[in-house]
Amino acid sequence: MSGNGHNGSDGNLPAGVKLPIYLDNHATTPMDPRVLEAMLPYFTDRFGNAASRNHQFGWEAEAAVETAREQIAKLIGATPKEIIFTSGATESDNLAIKGAAEMYKQKGNHIITAVTEHKAVLDTCKRLEKYGSKVTYMPVKPDGLVDLDQLNDAITDKTVLVTIMAANNEIGVLQPVEEIGKLCRQRGVLFHSDAVQALGKVPLDVNKMNLDLVSLTAHKLYGPKGCGALYVRRKNPRVQISAIIDGGGHERGMRSGTLNVPGIVGFGKACQIAQEEMPEESRRLARLRDRLRDKLAAQLDETFINGSMEHRLPGNLNMSFLYVEGESLLMGINDVAVSSGSACTSATLEPSYVLKSLGLGDDVAHSSIRFGIGRFNTEAEIDYVAGRLVEVVSKLRELSPLYEMVKEGIDLKKIQWQAEAH
Amino acid sequence: MAYSNKVLDHYTNPRNVGTLDKSSADVGTGLVGAPECGDVMRLQIKVNPETHVIEDAKFKTFGCGSAIASSSLATEWIQGKTVEDALKISNTDIVKELSLPPVKIHCSVLAEDAIRAAIGDWKKKHPQAEAAAMPAAETPTTA
Repeated sequence: MSGNGHNGSDGNLPAGVKLPIYLDNHATTPMDPRVLEAMLPYFTDRFGNAASRNHQFGWEAEAAVETAREQIAKLIGATPKEIIFTSGATESDNLAIKGAAEMYKQKGNHIITAVTEHKAVLDTCKRLEKYGSKVTYMPVKPDGLVDLDQLNDAITDKTVLVTIMAANNEIGVLQPVEEIGKLCRQRGVLFHSDAVQALGKVPLDVNKMNLDLVSLTAHKLYGPKGCGALYVRRKNPRVQISAIIDGGGHERGMRSGTLNVPGIVGFGKACQIAQEEMPEESRRLARLRDRLRDKLAAQLDETFINGSMEHRLPGNLNMSFLYVEGESLLMGINDVAVSSGSACTSATLEPSYVLKSLGLGDDVAHSSIRFGIGRFNTEAEIDYVAGRLVEVVSKLRELSPLYEMVKEGIDLKKIQWQAEAH
Repeated sequence: MAYSNKVLDHYTNPRNVGTLDKSSADVGTGLVGAPECGDVMRLQIKVNPETHVIEDAKFKTFGCGSAIASSSLATEWIQGKTVEDALKISNTDIVKELSLPPVKIHCSVLAEDAIRAAIGDWKKKHPQAEAAAMPAAETPTTA
């Protein structure tokens, strides 16, 4: 399929390009060396339990945790007391949704979310449905955005919570969080947002956006895995949630368990770096992303961008290369790490539900590639990837009966396909 | 997922990629799968009208590496065989040859379907060959 084969470098790499290249920053990010450096002492000499109230080891750990709380709070416009540490955003989503449903069950049992949410939100909602909650899964428009009028209509006097993510992990689309927050405040319902992909990439302000609960994690922001947080509003209004993990009453009773001090220190440091570097970095990433998109669009026909380009994370590009299947594409660019919405690449053999909810056909989902550009990607890497992709898509289109038929002017939608039951 | 070397080989150097003239009397065309499923295979055969030997086979596939490999392998195997012998190829032979994992077995099934569809199409053009053939065409049995 290509000269580079599977050992990577054939000696003809451009300057500044080392294989393999990582372009899957929505799945996880490499740790920033500055974050690692900040964490190390808390594995070695400063190993105390932050809950040990009676000696220096504990006080040291606690001080480090409080510093991190401040750093994280600052990045979202919150106060340190409003930050609760968890094991990750999945736990934060569970805690926010289950915790709010339980706490406010006298008011009602209706929750509103969107079909494009992360599974941590969707599966939590499904579980609550089993326990008697009613959940509305709002559709999205073809550009991936939620319709505010539809949301307004969906809210009833039994609604306790609206949960809509700030930025989507697959298509990078940014929801109108400020407008949603305003609406929820007017209607008297709580607003939770999974802001995992948005944190440190686009500005977040819990007061401007009327956010009551926000899920955060470190590992999408060049911090360590296994460390997340939940913002819980204390004023205007004061929000309360029931704990889902019991045992010791840590984190103001909302999340028991010994704190992951090194992880938390890393999380804080990652947020501090993002605070300082976000404006410049987001501009740089958007430039790289647009460069990739423009090179691909210029050299390949029959491509399609999934989701709004206008309301989008700067580093995200989700593109379908029609008539070429995603997994075969990934095989061809095996020296570049990206992901695909194709059924063949998922554990369940289902195509991406996010792409399906945009109203695209499954065949478009099967042909999609998600690029996640991050802090450590360079222009040289982008150029190399664009070149490889053009090579591989072109070769695979020579193999594609669909591409041949389309070029002959055949309308694929009119064909009676002989699919066997899979 | 780890691909077997044979799958990688077929993917990197696919055999017999191309198109035969489907209006020709000697050509049978099988088009199986569906774009929504992520797998479409087109397999074409050129059959000698006297000997019923498959003299040429070409394929094009929209699908994952295992699907491409399965159909590429199919074109390799059926060339030089008679149409009746080609019908004896079963998907399990393909699975074994390519070391396909369970999640990719359906790719080999589609390749077997493609062979049968191409032969079926050729037989429609040659009804006398159909009459002379074993009834095995209706109920495929594995070798």
